[in-house]
Amino acid sequence: MGFVETFFNWGVLTNALPLLLSGLKVTLSLGAVSILAGLVLGLFIALLRLYAPLPVSLMARVYIDIFRSIPILVLLIVVYYALPFVGLRLSPFLSAATALTLVSGAYTAEIFRAGIEAIPRGQFEASEALGLGYRHTMVDVILPQAIRVVIPPLTGNCINVMKDTALASVVAMPDLLKQATQAQALEANPTPLIAAAAMYIAILWPLVILVGRLEKRYRRVVSR
Amino acid sequence: MKPVISIRGVSRRFGEFKAIDNIDLDINEGEVVCIIGPSGSGKSTLIRCINLLETFDEGGEIAVDGIGVERGPALASVRAEVGMVFQSFNLFPHLSVRENIMLAPMRVRKLAKPEADERAMQLMRRVGIEAEADKYPDQLSGGQQQRVAIARALAMEPKILLFDEPTSALDPEMVGEVLDVMKALAHTGVTMLVVTHEMGFARQVADRVVFMDAGRIVEFGTPEQVFTAPRETRTRNFLDAILSH
Repeated sequence: MGFVETFFNWGVLTNALPLLLSGLKVTLSLGAVSILAGLVLGLFIALLRLYAPLPVSLMARVYIDIFRSIPILVLLIVVYYALPFVGLRLSPFLSAATALTLVSGAYTAEIFRAGIEAIPRGQFEASEALGLGYRHTMVDVILPQAIRVVIPPLTGNCINVMKDTALASVVAMPDLLKQATQAQALEANPTPLIAAAAMYIAILWPLVILVGRLEKRYRRVVSR
Repeated sequence: MKPVISIRGVSRRFGEFKAIDNIDLDINEGEVVCIIGPSGSGKSTLIRCINLLETFDEGGEIAVDGIGVERGPALASVRAEVGMVFQSFNLFPHLSVRENIMLAPMRVRKLAKPEADERAMQLMRRVGIEAEADKYPDQLSGGQQQRVAIARALAMEPKILLFDEPTSALDPEMVGEVLDVMKALAHTGVTMLVVTHEMGFARQVADRVVFMDAGRIVEFGTPEQVFTAPRETRTRNFLDAILSH
């Protein structure tokens, strides 16, 4: 067989396409769920780390450090294979979403913390002097400014989470990578793998370009 | 007359260094008081204690309109009565001029949006920035920004206004427009406490002048007395140094 028939086999591709598309759907929803949950968790932990009483703030810090140190694959396997021993049996999707969220939350927390700390002290003082309470100070003054600072690194983190969804194939989740390997075995041809790789690139390339643009744009906004 | 701000035995230590040292001061309602003195003499620290942006050492007492200034539920009502204008403006950069002025009345005073907007409009006219209502702070000159900051503080209808070196960060040609707004305010009956290096303003507008040095109040009297017949050598030396050129 020639090169083209081996790696870019049209017949194999059309046969495998339904499987690949269903895998793509799972990958996208796993990524979306983990990214959103990670954002909420990360913001919460960042606020604890910055403003909670010392013991709680310390716990937030330990959380951040632990989940930035643990390899996601290890965490995923612990969640999927070890938790059932204490009676917690999660589906492959939930296991993967949990592992990705826990890790993404730790990175997101650090991004939010840096964003909030980048806001000058005068903004807090002006809010205090006007009599704004903590909640309004955060919601109306600090967070809207911090968001601008954190958007580029947050987008970068989204890319990482999206890529890491592929790890879920090791706990038998029918994501894009898993379906591609399955189709490859079925067809005895690597074309589905090449197609899957192309799909990952097609999703993530625009995001990568977006990060570059956002970084350029917000660097200007922040520095003025 | 009953003092609207009463400061008793207030100190603020940073380690060994005393930023302010056992200050007593009464400010009467409607009075305009300027605080002058060399850099590092504790002027800013003193007025920042009044709305507790700076904490002061135990044993001291500050009361604003009879309410003790301390951490707790009463602090919000003190801060609602005390407006502050900062050296570096501290406008909210993500909000337009109008929104900067409307925010606190809506969130703290619970004003409805149309009322807050109308109050903002009146204040913008009063400080002469109504043409910039929908611009953002970084599109304004320093003088315009500081006038917005004054309008923002006024929007809470405070009894007391604190000014922390309001013209020190301005280009010289913009100092006048801000001082003019402050002069106009002085005649409205609001109590003003102004930390400043503008001796002309202090002399012309203040009812009383405080001279501070090394964390203490050295002299406190009418502008006439402090500027033309200072009792203390330190006051005289300071005035000689800055008025000689």
